[in-house]
Amino acid sequence: MFVKIIGAISMYAVPVMLLGIPLYGFFKKVKVYESFTEGAKEGFTTAVRIIPYLVAMLVAIGVFRASGAMEGLTTILKPITSLIGMPAEVLPMALMRPLSGGGAQGIMSDLLNTYGPDSTIGHIASVMMGSTETTFYVVAVYFGSVAIRKTRHAIPAGLIADAAGLIAAVFVARIFLG
Amino acid sequence: MINVIWLLMIVVGVVVGAINGNLEAVTQAAMDSANLGVELSLGLIGIMALWLGIMKIAEDSGMIQGLAKLLKPIMVRLFPDVPPDHPAMGAIIMNMAANVLGLGNAATPLGLKAMQELQELNDEKDTATNAMCTFLAINTSSVTLIPSEAMALLVAVGATSKQATAIIGPSIIATAVSTIVAVIAVKSLQRLKVFKMDKKSTKKVINN
Repeated sequence: MFVKIIGAISMYAVPVMLLGIPLYGFFKKVKVYESFTEGAKEGFTTAVRIIPYLVAMLVAIGVFRASGAMEGLTTILKPITSLIGMPAEVLPMALMRPLSGGGAQGIMSDLLNTYGPDSTIGHIASVMMGSTETTFYVVAVYFGSVAIRKTRHAIPAGLIADAAGLIAAVFVARIFLG
Repeated sequence: MINVIWLLMIVVGVVVGAINGNLEAVTQAAMDSANLGVELSLGLIGIMALWLGIMKIAEDSGMIQGLAKLLKPIMVRLFPDVPPDHPAMGAIIMNMAANVLGLGNAATPLGLKAMQELQELNDEKDTATNAMCTFLAINTSSVTLIPSEAMALLVAVGATSKQATAIIGPSIIATAVSTIVAVIAVKSLQRLKVFKMDKKSTKKVINN
């Protein structure tokens, strides 16, 4: 039931906003077409403005991944993750998640294919995917769009949150999905 | 921070690549990633224009301001430095709503809009404010009701719809934990000396 309701909300959210917001604006005597185009103008400049930041971040991540450094990091961190009950197989995905959404997806589908969607590893990987974000991408794009260079505590906080999400995923998946 | 991380990733990448004899792959990855960055950015233009347009209508009609007023009690606690009726609040709310509903495509343009509004309140244009860091931390850990990415992957490898939907509840719990931790972490870290906005100290250095 709950799932169905949420599913319906996700499906209708965009059409409802697409219909509701301009209609509401029209009744409030807003010149809807002119407002829309004025807002939309910013779309191009914003997209172009983030290019250098996105390229910088993606190149660093791409180089790091392709070099095989990720495997080294996995070996170093293995003793720590085994303490919290994270299977070693999931560790590469946990490390990849903040860096690259596509990369994490690739590792996850690999894990699911190897161990099956109903395995503990499959469960943990699935919950992990849903409970964490591509922190570095978000930082690069969001701060890049307004040319912020000194990011202060945004990255540490984001990574702490990711770590919490990863650990929570291990526990929650074990408790609820077995 | 970002300087060190960025440099470290490049240096470690190239050095480890050389040791592993992967330098060709490293070169290729650098080129491919650069192209990907442009493709991703330009690919955003259409969706960005659409949502920023819709958002502008919602703003001009007073809809967002109404929503912001409704959520004011939570928002002023999370973002004490942002005036409660500032347009940034509305944009942040819209971005969070899009994230909760799993509308990834809509979330980014709305988030960028929020960032631009927050930048208007910023005195030091190259330095992130507390509000910006809080917004980003919440955003990177945002609660999603439907983990559509993970569910799509599960279905793709042949999981039943029952197996796929079973992860919704656990994902919501795990992501709620990460969001709560994000707020606690960002609010604690902003007090640390290393991350303080150091207006006075920089001025002193210049004077000396």
